[in-house]
Amino acid sequence: MAIKAYQRIYTQLEAITKATVALRATGVSNDELAVVAGRLAQVVRTKGDLVTLQVFAGTEGIPTNAEVTFLGEPPTLKVGEALSGRFFDAYGHPIDGGPEIEGEERQIGGPSVNPYKRRQPSQLIPTGIAGIDLNNTLVSGQKIPFFADPDQPYNRVMADVALRADVDKIILGGMGLSNDDYLFFRHSFESAGALDKIICFINTTENPPVERLLIPDMALTAAEYFAVDKNEKVLVLLTDMTLYADALSIVSNRMDQIPSKDSMPGSLYSDLAKIYEKAVQLPTEGSITIIAVTTLNDGDITHAIPDNTGYITEGQLFLRADSDSGKVIIDPFRSLSRLKQLVQNKKTREDHSQVMNASVRLYADAQNAKTKLENGFDLSDYDKRCLQYAKDYATRLLSIDVNITITEMLDTAWELFGKYFSKAETGIKQALIDKYWNGN
Amino acid sequence: MKTTGIVKGIVSNLVTVRVDGPVAENEICYINLAGTRIMAEVIKVGGQDAQVQVFESTRGLKNGDTVEFEGRMLEATLGPGLLSSVYDGLQNDLTTMEGVFLRRGEYTDPINRETLWDFTPIAAPGDKVIAADWLGEVREGWLPHKIMVPFAFKGEFTVKSIVAAGQYNVDTVIAVLTDGEGVDHNVTMTQKWPVKVAIKGYREKPRPQRIMETGVRVIDTLNPIAEGGTGFIPGPFGCGKTVLQHAIAKQGDADVIVMAACGERANEVVEIFTEFPELIDPHTGRHLMERTTIICNTSNMPVAAREASVYTAMTICEYYRAMGLKCLLLADSTSRWAQALREMSNRMEELPGADAFPVDLSAIISNFYARAGMVVLNNGKTGAVTFIGTVSPAGGNLKEPVTESTKKAARCFYALEQNRADQKRYPAVSPLDSYSKYLEYPEIREYLDRTIEKGWVDKVADAKNIIRRGKEASEQINILGDDGVPMSYHVTFWKSELVDFVILQQDAFDAIDALCPLERQKHMLDLVLGICHRDFDFPDYEVCRDFFKNLINELRQMNYSAFKGEDFNRYESDIRRMVEKSE
Repeated sequence: MAIKAYQRIYTQLEAITKATVALRATGVSNDELAVVAGRLAQVVRTKGDLVTLQVFAGTEGIPTNAEVTFLGEPPTLKVGEALSGRFFDAYGHPIDGGPEIEGEERQIGGPSVNPYKRRQPSQLIPTGIAGIDLNNTLVSGQKIPFFADPDQPYNRVMADVALRADVDKIILGGMGLSNDDYLFFRHSFESAGALDKIICFINTTENPPVERLLIPDMALTAAEYFAVDKNEKVLVLLTDMTLYADALSIVSNRMDQIPSKDSMPGSLYSDLAKIYEKAVQLPTEGSITIIAVTTLNDGDITHAIPDNTGYITEGQLFLRADSDSGKVIIDPFRSLSRLKQLVQNKKTREDHSQVMNASVRLYADAQNAKTKLENGFDLSDYDKRCLQYAKDYATRLLSIDVNITITEMLDTAWELFGKYFSKAETGIKQALIDKYWNGN
Repeated sequence: MKTTGIVKGIVSNLVTVRVDGPVAENEICYINLAGTRIMAEVIKVGGQDAQVQVFESTRGLKNGDTVEFEGRMLEATLGPGLLSSVYDGLQNDLTTMEGVFLRRGEYTDPINRETLWDFTPIAAPGDKVIAADWLGEVREGWLPHKIMVPFAFKGEFTVKSIVAAGQYNVDTVIAVLTDGEGVDHNVTMTQKWPVKVAIKGYREKPRPQRIMETGVRVIDTLNPIAEGGTGFIPGPFGCGKTVLQHAIAKQGDADVIVMAACGERANEVVEIFTEFPELIDPHTGRHLMERTTIICNTSNMPVAAREASVYTAMTICEYYRAMGLKCLLLADSTSRWAQALREMSNRMEELPGADAFPVDLSAIISNFYARAGMVVLNNGKTGAVTFIGTVSPAGGNLKEPVTESTKKAARCFYALEQNRADQKRYPAVSPLDSYSKYLEYPEIREYLDRTIEKGWVDKVADAKNIIRRGKEASEQINILGDDGVPMSYHVTFWKSELVDFVILQQDAFDAIDALCPLERQKHMLDLVLGICHRDFDFPDYEVCRDFFKNLINELRQMNYSAFKGEDFNRYESDIRRMVEKSE
């Protein structure tokens, strides 16, 4: 993105806000990049010859006579095998001390896959975490966020999931990541010996917020290169999408756009969908799976960001601290994987969906028993057994610390059924009871 | 001469164009972007400037780029070959596009121009005809597809000549019509029609006369939708909107189904491509895909085309309705369409209405719903467009502009409840908040009296009442505790659970339970109401609970068994025995 010779230099800004500048210029194309006083900016509006630029690094200290040059092109990323194992900033420049990437330059935020050319996702992604594999099985080509309060260990769970998943590339897009979390990811990837299949695009809290807007497109452009050109299975991790949406609202606010619900721009749904819908199972083996994080404010999923996300993604994984077991668990009621039925009982054992439903139903009965207890009513024998079961179920299966195979998860569930319940109480189909019952 | 223009301003997909001649509201234009022609539609004119919404990405567009106006509105191409197609919102055929990615400015023909169709004439030389009259017929799959006098023809025409029965492609002139002035007009098998204008060409639009069966009990029994009626399904995410809509698409008693995936997930459309070609239409025994057209403008496709997609879908339905067919239009979700309107209104810096939606949202929605309906054609035959839209209310809160505006326009309301979904009581349609205005129509009541049984609507009201009383009883039990209420409260509560589990809940993934024909729905409702009207007394609430739990289990087994088969009958006699013993 070097400045070419004979480029016209403008030196008179007409307006400056915290995120944008405006000036009179001609021959400017929509979405193209510019440099304002050495900082990268992008054209977001033209009105006659008045051009509005969004300055990624913020406008602090930019004077009205700042030098502005236009680069004639939207943001790009150089793609190639050399991306593997590298760490970049929001502009695609290395931050790991290594050399710049040589490769084909591609515009980021490119076109969508023709929906007719997609295939139905059908490959299981095992994670070892029973709250995911047993109750909310993931499938390649899926897009799913963790919904978590800021105090939940979502980045740790995400790193675990990434390192255990059987994929060719893991691409991390970090937005507003704390420096500690960035170093945590870096350290986890290094110590797992997985660096050769990892690519990171990082914007930390130390970087300007508007820069974050580039991160998902950078990560997904790299993902499309490996999935489409190289037929690889790519897993993209995006954390934290709430901070991404906040950056969107900053820009739209500075452009005097009328906000809709929760001060978010009216286009929030389309903006998020453009990112999440990059998840795809291609007709070849290639696929892009997106696991994201959307932090919540005190578990509120009706806020515009989680709400719009929920309508776009194929389910959500809800993290919650469980007081009975003292563990962080994947909440079986509020979590959902919309694609799970594409692999359950097909790529996993025949009893999977029945065991899942029975174990969640019994856990729900335990919650009712708990409510009864809290309201001072007497507990029946069944209620008491449910409560004991719930504690075991949370500790041995729902907890995020679990790391076992799906067959082991199913066996564990049968063991708990046999320990606490009669066959009829589980409500499982007779044929499966005959085959797997583990108890009296 | 065509009007031309020059780009003067760009904000995302809203472009301001300085024009040199007349332009019309909703006129289509093409913007020349470095050699690629991209389509746009005029949405506002002020002085010399037209504001146009671009149906593609505007990346790289410059001030000074040239624009050509077409002198027409956005049009759908109509003709044989629309069924089993997969289109985007602008009716481009997605199956014939090359490459994995959608390319800007790539527009494909909606119908195959080479396919030969077996044509049989209906009209004869000398016949007097007007717009929408049938000239001939071809077989499209198993459907008789009528070739009509183009809807745009005004006045009376005389058939001058018509081709003999034989095989022709859509561009063949199949008839020559002479107008009142003696001028001849050629008619082929295809015509174009502006999507935002309703296709009239019928004699009258009476009130709906009958119901459209969906095989879903909570709709057909409790809140039936009329053939030619309108309904909508609002619900938070994860409540089963898509599953319910797919069930209606698979089972709805219609000749033609048009599904508009408007701003929703691409993988849901993939599910339709993958499954529908395998599935059989329960009414005709043919493959479902043969009667289905998919309009697919997923959430990541250009926003302006999202708005166009629902209009394109409606126009295709109206076209088939003019052939005397029953059409069902499903749009998922109309909220995304409303959001597309909001995005544009916002970019035009219009004063916003509630939640930043445009102030005329309500009018736009009711105009669209008004295009559905049953019609009597010029030849006395009837056709219908039934429309069911889904709404995705922000935060699951039904007090938001799209839900409220739709509630005024649609006659059936199927509210999906988070609470029911959490309890896995699917379909999660709320039995008390939902309604069908058609149950109040004398025509529909008379139809139900005649086809199901006299007094059916009263029975339905009775079932709803049992649920209402059960809910009240359950609230009392929760406050006062199981032992704190008289036994009758428990019985009332469990009777409502009986209706809930056996009538309201239905397993969309079970081969038998998924589709419940009206006769079977009547049988089950009679059985359940019969039980509910008996008096029971139990020594304690646990006996009461166990009795009803067993009863529910047996009744559900009936739902899973073939109607009036051996198992079904056995369960039924077991149930009757259980009930008599307990009295």
